[in-house]
Amino acid sequence: MKENLYNYILGIADNSLILGQRLGELCGHGPNLETDIALTNISLDLLGQTRSYFQYAAKIVGDDKTEDDIAFLRNERQYKNVLLVEQPNTHFGFVIGRQFLFDVYHLLFLEKMQSSNDEILVAIAKKSIKEVSYHERFSSDWIKRLGDGTAESNKKMQEAIDGLWRYTDELFQLTEVEKVMVSEGLGVEISLFKEAYYKRVSEVLKEATINIPESKYFQKGGKEGVHSEHMGYILADLQYMQRSYPNMKW
Amino acid sequence: MEKNWPLWEIFVRSKNGLEHRHFGSLHAADAEMAMENARDVYTRRSEGVSIWVVESVNITASNPADNGEMFEPAQDKVYRHPTFYDLPDEVKHM
Repeated sequence: MKENLYNYILGIADNSLILGQRLGELCGHGPNLETDIALTNISLDLLGQTRSYFQYAAKIVGDDKTEDDIAFLRNERQYKNVLLVEQPNTHFGFVIGRQFLFDVYHLLFLEKMQSSNDEILVAIAKKSIKEVSYHERFSSDWIKRLGDGTAESNKKMQEAIDGLWRYTDELFQLTEVEKVMVSEGLGVEISLFKEAYYKRVSEVLKEATINIPESKYFQKGGKEGVHSEHMGYILADLQYMQRSYPNMKW
Repeated sequence: MEKNWPLWEIFVRSKNGLEHRHFGSLHAADAEMAMENARDVYTRRSEGVSIWVVESVNITASNPADNGEMFEPAQDKVYRHPTFYDLPDEVKHM
């Protein structure tokens, strides 16, 4: 089995899975009908992408493994998503801030993944990139609306960006698996677009009259499976049905 | 906040060559947001190829109280419809 490729795929897919799950929590709880539908759409886009990755990963493992086994039956340390996407929906500013900080990364990542030498990853990237371009437009529009809105919306947006900023650097931490995948021409060399990432993020924040945090203190760990305290609760929600009723199907 | 958002009417062209049809209405702060909301609410199952959004206040609607003078005079004038022609069977969709 191609262990490295398997783990590499999980690293990408888990970001979409956990962010999709977080957004799914808001289904029926959005600030209004239209935004509720928009956030749920984004959630479904992300979960759809996750399925493509997990189907591929399941094929690599063989042994009748399915996408559901990979999604639902791993332990916390085996999930490789970044800390950013597991942060809670504290208020709408955090939902948008988390989405924006991830979308900018996600879009740049998929652009690069289109030139991987793994044709399935290329196909997934090509399909996902249209969805993610829209996510990025949606979240950066909202950053500007809230940041450059009322005094209160500005305060809340600033609070969210200040709170989430410490999770941005981890997006660009290379794991051992990533290094191997990059050297084999399959993986994305993420350091190549770190500058572009912070440039794009700063442009939008500036337009939104949000101050760019100066803190140089960053958190990491998610990509190695060391998660924040929120992760256990997410997995409890996500895995409950499969753990209680093993092999249940809709 | 959402209480202050104006209402927008959404028109979607479902295929090239067809006209835009009224799909429904939704709330949004401005045209740009109305467009994004329309995309999310009405066209995510490939319902369309083009969207128009119009703020509802810009639409002048007929008043239901005027229906008598607006529409009823036409009701007993069936000869205004071209229904008295015999159509060849080959002509469909008329």
